[in-house]
Amino acid sequence: MRPNLILHVVAKFVIPLIILFALYVQFHGDFGPGGGFQAGVIFSAAFILYALVFGLDTAEKIIPPHWLRILAALGVVIYAGVGMESLLLGGNYLDYTLLGSNQIAGQHLGILLVELGVGITVAAAMLILFFAFAGRGRD
Amino acid sequence: MIDIVINITLLAFLAITSVAILRMTNLFAIVMLFGIFSLLSAGLFVVMDAPDVAFTEAAVGAGISTVLMLATLALVKRRQKPYYDEAPHDAHRPWLPMIVVAVTGSALVYGTWDIPAFGAPDAPAQTHVARYYIENAMPDTGVPNIVTAVLASYRGFDTLGEVTVIFTAAVAVLLLIGGRRPKPPVKTKDEGKQDEA
Repeated sequence: MRPNLILHVVAKFVIPLIILFALYVQFHGDFGPGGGFQAGVIFSAAFILYALVFGLDTAEKIIPPHWLRILAALGVVIYAGVGMESLLLGGNYLDYTLLGSNQIAGQHLGILLVELGVGITVAAAMLILFFAFAGRGRD
Repeated sequence: MIDIVINITLLAFLAITSVAILRMTNLFAIVMLFGIFSLLSAGLFVVMDAPDVAFTEAAVGAGISTVLMLATLALVKRRQKPYYDEAPHDAHRPWLPMIVVAVTGSALVYGTWDIPAFGAPDAPAQTHVARYYIENAMPDTGVPNIVTAVLASYRGFDTLGEVTVIFTAAVAVLLLIGGRRPKPPVKTKDEGKQDEA
């Protein structure tokens, strides 16, 4: 691919902002609009922009595909693990109340962890989809 | 008042976009218009006070799906044959679909007369469980965004299912088109000669 200076500079400036916004949406989802789904999609959009501008092979060096497969599974495991943890503590499945010292703290921790799991899985799944489709035309 | 103006403008743009999508044959332009359609819907959701839904629509509909469709478009042809050329001319009767559309449309409009007004306090959607969530979400979970409280706490099991669906979709795509295709075996000179012989 022919290097395109303007595109490279603008992308390098914008990508950190997109990732920062994704993290804001992820961890501020309790208070404003947003949450794991939206944050995961925005997070993956940053890497897709990188792949579009700098090429697929460079992007795959930053996030190798086998990592993505592990991450996609890890999110589901975190989510289900929170449920198992509350089960082991003597509550119902996905009952966050027992995770903290009181109900509010437990719910806060539970929602945070669960949303994190959602975000990780969504981000990894979107990148897997993109790499699978974009990688087809490469050979 | 300003809400009505914005609603009518956005709906008019939506209608124009869908007609434009129908009439176009350049798939690249159609993908772009799909993105615009999603963004307009997101705007409509914001006017309806549903920022969480608008967020998802803008990120997924206008962002990721556009990129995925472009990636697919890179593998296939850019242009679609105009569908109306395929039908023989004497078989095409425009008034028949027109009547079907008019009857269906008026039946749907007639159906909307009975549904409660947008945001009406006595609508079934507001009187069933919504009231419980609005009253108890803050003391139960301490989370000001009720949507998040419902999504992650009250209906946590549903969301676990949704995450599993997304994970399954990724696994399915990987199984179908994910792996690197084996490179076609390079023919050596001897093999080429054998083929000729």
